[in-house]
Amino acid sequence: MNPIKNLNKVFENRIRLGLMSALMVNDSINFNEVKELLQITDGNLASHCKGLEEAGYIKVQKGFIGRKTNTIYTATKAGEKAFKLHIDALEQMINNSK
Amino acid sequence: MSNLNQEHHQNLHHIKQMMERSSRFISLSGLSGVAAGICALVGAFFANNIINKSSISSIRSIENYNMDNSKVDKISMEHFMGNSLFQIAFITFIAALSFSFLFTYLRSKKTSTPLWGSTSKRLLINVSIPMIVGGIYLMKLIEFGVVDLIAPGCLIFYGLALVNASKFTLTEVKYLGYLQIVLGILNSWFVGYGIYFWAIGFGIFHILYGIYMWNKYERSSK
Repeated sequence: MNPIKNLNKVFENRIRLGLMSALMVNDSINFNEVKELLQITDGNLASHCKGLEEAGYIKVQKGFIGRKTNTIYTATKAGEKAFKLHIDALEQMINNSK
Repeated sequence: MSNLNQEHHQNLHHIKQMMERSSRFISLSGLSGVAAGICALVGAFFANNIINKSSISSIRSIENYNMDNSKVDKISMEHFMGNSLFQIAFITFIAALSFSFLFTYLRSKKTSTPLWGSTSKRLLINVSIPMIVGGIYLMKLIEFGVVDLIAPGCLIFYGLALVNASKFTLTEVKYLGYLQIVLGILNSWFVGYGIYFWAIGFGIFHILYGIYMWNKYERSSK
């Protein structure tokens, strides 16, 4: 089987890959933490999050802390599974080419 | 194909980096360790002078005072607070903390990671639990006059705090923690030499650890 088929298009982008990586090791992350981690602008982050959300890989919860909006991201079960498959595929491809 | 392979490598590296950066506080500077170690050695030097000056050490005299007054079965905390050894320990602790904070602050600027984020919060909580529990317990030991176990206790609880914290910062902290625990336990068999064990653990180990970490993580990034 060709492992290239298991590479997930959604994770091809560095920002989406980074956000998903962070969500794998944290229960949840809020908007500002993601921004600091990936060092990107608000609009850029929002559009990438939408991509992951539409794929069903992350859950976005909008809430308030006082008057400030607080957006929290968590990975879904489907997202975790898809991400693991993606990493496995990456590893396999590297091993195959050795 | 090798180009693509390189890209996969970079992606895996990126994943690892993002996982670490989002879950561990990595701005802890080696220089913080060196500074804390120097503070501890200076503190230990002054403390040692005081111990040597009085034929019976100040803490011992409190203990005797305690025994002489059978009506007073506990040392009053006020009396101990006024004790010069306690003052030195307190000043040393504050100085070490301030210097470590300073160097870590400078490093966090360099790595452009926030000093106060979810990772540093998690680190602080996990350091604090063994430290506060240990602190209360050691205060109780002082109150009951078991001064011999103070120095070993400091090392043991500090070591436990480091081992606990190592999951939330650079993993090498774990080994510093193990060393402190072993030293603290050894010290409980050589109770008269607390000040030397204290100087080795908080002074020399910190300095060696700091130099090692600075060499490993910070020198190359300059």
